[in-house]
Order: sequence, then C-alpha cells, then structure tokens
Amino acid sequence: MADTLVSSDRSPDAAPETEPPAAADREVLLAVSNVALSFGGVKAIQGVSFDIRKGEIRAIIGPNGAGKTSMLNCINGFYHPQEGTITFKGATRRRMRPYEAASQGIGRTFQNVALFKGMSTLDNIMAGRTLKMKRGFFWHLLRHGPAMAEEKAHRHKVEEIIDFLDIQAIRRTPVGKLPYGLQKRVELGRALAMEPELLLLDEPMAGMNLEEKEDMSRFILDVNDQLGTTIALIEHDMGVVMDLSDRVVVLDHGELIADGTPAEVQANQNVIDAYLGVSH
Amino acid sequence: MTESGARAQTSYDTIPKLLLRNAEQFADLPAYRQKDLGIWQTWNWRQTRDEIRDLAIGLYVLGLKRGEAIAIIGDNRPKLYWSFCAAQSLGAIPVPIYQDSVADEMAYVLDHSEVVMAVVQNQEQVDKLLSIAERVPRLRRIIYEEPRGLQKYDHTRLHALSEVQAVGISERHRNATADDWWRGEIALGKASDVAVMLYTSGTTGRPKGVMLTQENIVVSGQNGNLFDGFTTNDTMIAYLPMAWVGDHIFSYGQAYAGALCVACPESPDTVIDDRREIGPSYFFAPPRVFENMLTATMVRMEDAGRFKKWMFARFLNVAKRAGPAILNGESVGLADRLLYNLGEVLVYGPLRNRMGFSNIRVAYTAGEAIGPEIFSFYRSLGINLKQLYGQTEASVYITLQPDGEIYPDTVGKPGPGVEIRIAESGEVQFTSPGVFLKYFKNDEATADTKTVDGWVRTGDAGFIDAKGHLVIIDRAKDVGRLNTGALFAPKYLENKLKFYPEIREVVAFGDGRDFVTVMVNIDLVSVGNWAERNNVVYASYQELAAHPDVYRMIERRIEEVNAALATEPRMAGSQIHRFLILHKELDADDGELTRTQKVRRPFIAERYAPLIKALFDGSREAHIRTEVTFEDGRKGIIEGNVRIVDTKVFPGTAALKEAAE
Repeated sequence: MADTLVSSDRSPDAAPETEPPAAADREVLLAVSNVALSFGGVKAIQGVSFDIRKGEIRAIIGPNGAGKTSMLNCINGFYHPQEGTITFKGATRRRMRPYEAASQGIGRTFQNVALFKGMSTLDNIMAGRTLKMKRGFFWHLLRHGPAMAEEKAHRHKVEEIIDFLDIQAIRRTPVGKLPYGLQKRVELGRALAMEPELLLLDEPMAGMNLEEKEDMSRFILDVNDQLGTTIALIEHDMGVVMDLSDRVVVLDHGELIADGTPAEVQANQNVIDAYLGVSH
Repeated sequence: MTESGARAQTSYDTIPKLLLRNAEQFADLPAYRQKDLGIWQTWNWRQTRDEIRDLAIGLYVLGLKRGEAIAIIGDNRPKLYWSFCAAQSLGAIPVPIYQDSVADEMAYVLDHSEVVMAVVQNQEQVDKLLSIAERVPRLRRIIYEEPRGLQKYDHTRLHALSEVQAVGISERHRNATADDWWRGEIALGKASDVAVMLYTSGTTGRPKGVMLTQENIVVSGQNGNLFDGFTTNDTMIAYLPMAWVGDHIFSYGQAYAGALCVACPESPDTVIDDRREIGPSYFFAPPRVFENMLTATMVRMEDAGRFKKWMFARFLNVAKRAGPAILNGESVGLADRLLYNLGEVLVYGPLRNRMGFSNIRVAYTAGEAIGPEIFSFYRSLGINLKQLYGQTEASVYITLQPDGEIYPDTVGKPGPGVEIRIAESGEVQFTSPGVFLKYFKNDEATADTKTVDGWVRTGDAGFIDAKGHLVIIDRAKDVGRLNTGALFAPKYLENKLKFYPEIREVVAFGDGRDFVTVMVNIDLVSVGNWAERNNVVYASYQELAAHPDVYRMIERRIEEVNAALATEPRMAGSQIHRFLILHKELDADDGELTRTQKVRRPFIAERYAPLIKALFDGSREAHIRTEVTFEDGRKGIIEGNVRIVDTKVFPGTAALKEAAE
C-alpha cells in the first residue's frame, strides 16, 4: 500500500466496479405513453411518451405553460388524462387517485409549499407516515399498546429523516415560522416519510438563494444516492438541472420536443428554439 | 474527589490510567451522553472503557505507533473524545483541529504537527483532508465517524470508525492477550509524556503547537474539580471546539479526573435545547454566549403580553437589588428576601429553566471581558456565574473567582498551585503545574514566552488590586499612547462599547495618533429586531449598517461611552472622536477574527487601510472594496461607500491635566 493519499483517489467515480449501469439501460419504473390531457378546449398535454428508470434522476423542463406540472399531476393521479396510459411498476391504470398513487410509492412536493403551517416540523413529517400506519383511528386515539409501539417505530423513521436532512434544530418549530428554504426542506422530509419509490419534486429550488439551492441539490443527490429513491423533478434553474439529472425530458406547448442526457438536450435545436423563441 | 485526587497523585497520573480507574470504581455511572435520533444515548464508564479499548486496538492494527501524532477534527462527539483517549493509551499524541477551519488552515497544522492519521466526523472533513492530501504526505489514514455520503469513496486509506473498532474486537477474539496488552500499553504511559498538542489560533503569525503533558492535563483537571468541588454527580455539556484548551481541560481532563458526565449535543444548532434537556450543573461559555442569551431573552420579552412584561421588569429590579447579595451569602432585608422568593417562583426559576440552568451550580466565562450588566444579570437570577483567566500555555487555569468574592472588573485570585507576578513592564506572568512543556518545533517562541526560571509571559497587561484580585487591562503590546500623551488601551474602549447589545464588534485606533476612532460592527439580531419593530426595511447587513437611524443609534452609544470615559482620570484622554459602521461583519473565514473570535488588529489595519485613513483625515465618506470568503471556500467581493461621523467629546478635567504633563 502506498504511503500517501493521492487526491485523484477521491473521485466517487474512481471505483469502476461499483459504477451502476447508465440510466437508459436500467429497469423501467414508470412509463408514460401517448398521454393527452385537455381542460375544455385547452390542450395541456398532447401525445407525450417517456419513461422513468429505476434509480435515476429525471428532469422535466420546458418554458412556462409547457405542461410540466400537469404531467406531474397526471403521474400521481391528481389529473386523469383523456388518452394514453401510465404504467407504474408494471401495472397500468387509466384512472388512479392520488391516494392510490401515494400508497403505491409515489411521493411528491409542491411548487408552492403545502405544509401544515401551525404544526411543528416533527408533526408535519409524521403526517407523511399516515399511509404507513396500520392501526386504526381509534387505536391511535387510545395511544396505547400496539398503537404506541407503532408510533414509536414511525417516530424512529421520522427521526432518521430529520437527521438525514439536518433539521434537528427546528424539530419543534411550527413550520409557518421557518424561512422558505427550510420549509421546502421540511416538505421534502414529509415526502420522504412515506418512503416513496418515485419522488416527484415540483420546482424544489423555486425562490431559493444560491446557498439554499446548493443545500437542496446536495439533499436531492443524497436521497437518490443513499436511499436509492428514483426522482422526477421539474426545475427552471438550468444549471441545477444539468448538474443533477441523468436524463431530461423537454416539453413545449404540451408536446415532447426532446428526451435524452443533459448534453444531448442542450445540443437539441428544438430545445434551443423553444427557449429562445422561434415563430411557429 | 479529594480521595481520588490524592490517589491520582501516585498511580493515576495519566488520562488512560484514570479511564481504567473510572471503569473500576464508577463502572455504572454515566460517562458520556449524546442525543441521537432525538433520544439521549448514554455510555457508562465501563462501556466507555470497552469502546476506547476496541478503538485503540483497531488503531494499533492500522499502524498507529507510540509518539506519532493523530489529528481529531469534528464537533463534540463521544466517539471523538474516545479517540483522544484511545490514541493516548497507545502513547500517540492527539492533535485536535478546529472543525470549521478551511482546508488551507488545516494543511499548515497537519503538516507542522507531523500527523500520520486523522479521526474526523464526517464527509465534510474527509473532503477537506483529501483536497490537501498532497501537502500532508505523512497522513497515512483517515478515519471517519459518519459514513453518510462516503460509500463510493476509495477506501484504501479511508476507514469507518465503527470498522476500526470492529478490527479491535476481532483482534481481541482471536488473541486472548489483547486486553492485557492494551493495559500494558497504558501502564507504559508516564506523567511526563506529551498528552496533546493544541494549536493556538494566534492573533499574529502562524499557529503554534502548545505541547501539554499528561501531568499538565491531569493535575489541572484535579485542581479545577477541587476548586469548585465537582463530584461524580456533576454533568456538563460539551459544545465548544475540542481544539480549544478550555474544552480539553473541562470536558476531558476534569471529566476523567473526577469521573464527571459529559453530554454532547445533537448538533451545533441544537445546543440551547439540548442544554435545557440535560440541565448541566457545570457550564462554561465565552461572554458572547451569555450576551446572546440575554439579547434573545430581551427580544422575546418585547413580544410578551403587558402583564408579563410588567412582572418581568418588576422582579428583575428586585433581583438586581437583592440577587447578587443573596448569592454571595450576604444579609438582605426581609422585604427584599420575600420579594426575591416570590420572584424565584414567578420569574427567575422559569427563566433559568428556559436557559437550561435549572441545575446549574457553577458557570464560568473567560476569554474576553464580560459586560458588568450582563454579568450581574445572571448572578442576580441566582446563577453562580464566575470569571476566570487562563491560557493554553497554562492548561487554562491562572486565576479564578472564588465563591463569595465576585467582582465584575476582576478575574479573581490565583488558582490552586498557581503563582502570579507583575513584571516591570506591567505584564502578568505566572507559574503553575499546568505550564506547558514547549511549542512544537519552535524553540524561539518557547524562549520568548517561558522565562529561564519557569515563569510564563502572558502578554497581558494587568495589576493586582487591593483585594488581591487580578485585573486585566489589555494585551500588553496593544496598549499605546496618543500623541497627546494620553493612555490608549483599545480593548478597554472596545469592551465598553461591546457591552451595548446593538454593537457586536469594535476595533479602536489611536496609538500614535491625535485622537481615537472606532470601526463598529452592529449586532444583526438586536438591530434587526429594532428594525422590524420600527418598520425599517433592509435586505442585507450592508444596507442595515448604512441606515441613518442606525448611525444615530450608534452615535448615541459612543457619546454615552465618552461621557463615562470623561469621569475616569486615566482614560478621559482617549474619548472617541470619530466612528464608522463597517459594511460587512468581521469574520474568521476572512482572517479578520481568530477562530476564537478575537479581533486580529494588524490584519484589519492592513485590510481596511483606506477606511482608517479616512477616519483620521476628516473625510465624511470612504470607498472600500473587500474580498470575502464563503464557508465553502469560494470568494466574492463586497464593496461600497462607508459614512464617517464625528461624535461629541466631553471635557474631562483629568484629561486636561494629563495633557498638560
């Protein structure tokens, strides 16, 4: 063994045998095929198909009004597309309710923070465990015996998340009192509490300063890396998207205009046109 | 304590030997607590010994040898404290390094101390070490406590602390004599061995490695315990940097010498909550922490209801009147005593609980002067807050305030075994059982600091007052004279200003000048709160600092100080004539403060030369452009115009006299 540390050793990519297969070769976790969604005469999404592979970070980008959030809402069953199918873990559902999506392992955060403002960080994240609770409402009212044991187990899980996101200091603080960046982190915590297989993040960095963005990027990478969660995220900060994601889907006016690695997407003429604006 | 103290003189003369004693005599008493996943975990002394033994054997298998240095970097965690003892049990020398140092600063210490291994807390520290690996070729292995984020790193020379302990355990299982071997290694340890190397942050030049022996640490620990009567029932919370001598003596030396319990907070941000939960009986904090706590309390009271506000103000007055006397055991009128008892139930008790001081027996502050108002506030609440004066070179203790002899302006009497003298130059010198061995690889500095007869020059100017207490004026080299001949003691002026909650940091200039000027840093919490209440909108520190109302507020404070100075014969000549509010907060990352938050004068004088020039040449405004370093090491530029304001100076008869001399 050499007696010195060489800094090139430290690159996480340095050990080839542990390198996972490229994103595009992995197992499909969720497939969107020919999905179309319209509200009255407005066509929000038209014939979009793409897939999300297990363990990847998939970004969905596009100019304002491109249908990104609508797409996310279709995936977690909040909207029901008029055409096309969404297949999650091999099962295809035409109409799936958000509750079902959640219990199957799809978690999400929202563009505008949607937390219980008067409740503490701990309680908000604990709320994310609701679907995992086995004992009924009345057992939990008693807060005794098996219900108590269950609560302890859930609390342990929640504490792990608090530790993971480094928010011990705000455990007891009502989230309404927290700065925006921390609220976003708590929201991520709540989504993680349900131990999702697929995590949908709707603009996780919106309204954040540079330092908060860097923190959030680190947490997203850690979630993906350490917990093995597959992530689909909508984000406007192109620097973040290019750094974080394995593959990128680009939507414009409800249509898919590009799909590929960040480098491919950046070089795609349709994407450049959509962002810079070309007369149609 | 006295019994074990006496025995330690003979056989328990090193920390690892004390560990073995504690594991025998106090096996089931708690040694360490740490909050993890929201729950306090406890290790008793027997478990602590076993953890340390496995770690030590693991370190030995990994190649740590007697006399080699091992760096320890991270927040206060039981496992890192164990690393100290594990290394010492093998005769290796731990070198704790400030965990918030940037990689560049670490490189110097790591290289200078000839560290061969490092035990660090997490990925952040591992990354720092790897980034400077080429500059510290001796560093063979890095051991980390928290595996998070490190799985994919090359593990050729990187090891999880739990794995090192696992190596120790399997070695013990394979080899029945391993335990005896380890005890044998401990028995080889001597009182004269170098126990630890602590790098002083140094207000000038490169840090120096202060070598302290086992005897220094053990005897200082025993003396500290003796002075305040600490027993195995006492608990403290360890939250100050492990690289600082205070933490090393309080949370390590004293803890092992007296088998005290050390509680480690969940994270640096949760110290206040954790302290409330633990309720330590012994607490140390620099004055700043007590200031911040008082400011936070006052800010919260601003938001309280009218009745509560009234009650708070009413009983605080009673406490001010009667509290200190009651704590000192002096006689107090019956009415006041009754009112104080009522206040105890309604205000003081709940307030102490809020601050985590319900069980407090002794609290110390040191490092900087504490405001007399702040000092007596805590004492009036029944908290036995005292001051001490110490140094790394003394293994902390030089003077301490004995119970019942508390004066805000002194730092107390010499501690057990300490002698002090004032040199002709006015410099305080001492000799004690804690006097350091020498500076590592720096005989010149050692000779400058240690006299031939074994006394240490503190570099502080001071005098012994009529009560036999030591009073510190300033750093000896900082005391200067104005062109008028008046004495200029910058720290004395700065401290007077810093006692106002609105002012966080001050740097005074005047040596060799015609008059005194100051640069001020406002306190963002206190002034920010004021701004909120007065509908003053601001986006940044820079903007708030430049606000005209803020300037007026600071101007009033300086004039109050000038008025006070005018009444002091020695100081009337050094009233403050002009001031400015700095556009950025002084920061250790920019090299403006030391890691212990002390102002680095020469550096600031150079960096802010345009501002200092403007302070003395009469201009109303100055332009400044400064580079700032962010926590991740990136650099940026802050620039802007800074306004300079003249303040009112009061005629002091004494000043005229002095000037005429």
